[in-house]
Amino acid sequence: MEVLQPTSWGEALAAKEEHPGAVPLAGGTDLLVELNFDRRRPETIIDLTRVAELNEWSHVNGGVRLGAGVDYTRVIAELASELPGLAIASRTVGSPQIRNRGTVGGNLGTSSPAGDALPPLVASGARIELAATSGTRVVPVEEFCIAPKRNVLAPDELIAAIHMPVATGPQQFSKIGTRNAMVIAVASFALTLDPPARSVGTGIGSAGPVPLRATEAERFLEGVLDEEGLWDSRGQLSEGAVARFGQLASEASRPIDDVRGSAAYRRHSLGVMAGRTLAWAWDEYRGTL
Amino acid sequence: MHLQLTVNGNPREVDGAWEGESLLYVLRERLGLPGSKNACEQGECGSCSVYLDGVLVCSCLVLAAQAAGRDVVTVEGLAENGELHPIQKDFVEAGAVQCGFCTPGLIVATHELLARNPRPTDPEIREALAGNLCRCTGYEKILDAVRAAAVRNSRA
Repeated sequence: MEVLQPTSWGEALAAKEEHPGAVPLAGGTDLLVELNFDRRRPETIIDLTRVAELNEWSHVNGGVRLGAGVDYTRVIAELASELPGLAIASRTVGSPQIRNRGTVGGNLGTSSPAGDALPPLVASGARIELAATSGTRVVPVEEFCIAPKRNVLAPDELIAAIHMPVATGPQQFSKIGTRNAMVIAVASFALTLDPPARSVGTGIGSAGPVPLRATEAERFLEGVLDEEGLWDSRGQLSEGAVARFGQLASEASRPIDDVRGSAAYRRHSLGVMAGRTLAWAWDEYRGTL
Repeated sequence: MHLQLTVNGNPREVDGAWEGESLLYVLRERLGLPGSKNACEQGECGSCSVYLDGVLVCSCLVLAAQAAGRDVVTVEGLAENGELHPIQKDFVEAGAVQCGFCTPGLIVATHELLARNPRPTDPEIREALAGNLCRCTGYEKILDAVRAAAVRNSRA
């Protein structure tokens, strides 16, 4: 086994081009488990923790460009007002020790359907910046994951950054598991309200082969909010509308039975979480929180 | 693999480490520092908690090469002049130590909590220690110890 330790982004991309089979390493919260348990023996590991460019975030074109190596603790401390949905989800990741090491870029690289950061990225329409020595491309997050633990990264590519719009309204996230800390989601749900655009975004985690959008739930809620003039009046949402939103979100999932929970439980809990996150977000929008 | 790092203030060198080793393995098996415990090896239990460049981490999830040139502080680095650190005394006095396996990780995690938040509330203590599992105490004695340490802080 060989560990390469580039100290610049250019060096990192050159290393990946030269060793296309190399496994990138950031906070190690996924890869080290596989090494410790003898499940994986990569010939080459590229340690990205010394690449300073990956540990930065900045404002780009009115949005946030989040370097792939920014850890969850920093997302919570530094981006809670601009990316509230991602910050809420970040607070549910593992424990302080895990949040100090784990990164949003690493969550994408692992591409587990249970990745806590992924539903908020889907709900807010994040775009993933992928780079190789030959150039850079940007992929919508929904096209990034293609199957459990598989994504569209080419062998010579690394994840550079995540581009997200700054929140224009309430964002929420809910996750269900057996305890409050150190839990892989049984199911999770993220919601983004974008009042200026009159649009609703959703993200479903751990209830399908990849993170999913509940497109019909989004269109339904947008319809209700438009027809009843609620974006302007900030009036109350009917219980029936909240329940229907939850039902449509539940129907958008494609869960399986596994050790963490049954498909039926996942469907049920998604309906509950979608309704709850909508109630929280709408209360915040109305200023009645 | 050759490795240089600072551990508990002292420059240390390791020769012949395998590239796939964790920082925890290097600390315990190559540097003779068994205070950090090896239990789950997947970041679930917190018994291997150490500081890496001042940040609380699970040393089982840090590739040893990632710690090269960095500053590591283990539970062995908290005691001074052969005296237990005051937090360690608080744990002993509160009866927060039973089998002792989780204790080093809890001591380091408590040390980190109190360094950034000298008077934590109960929910803040629970959140800060959520990544450290104990299978003996039921946690109440541990909470007592951390509360005692916080009271000591408020008197200081």
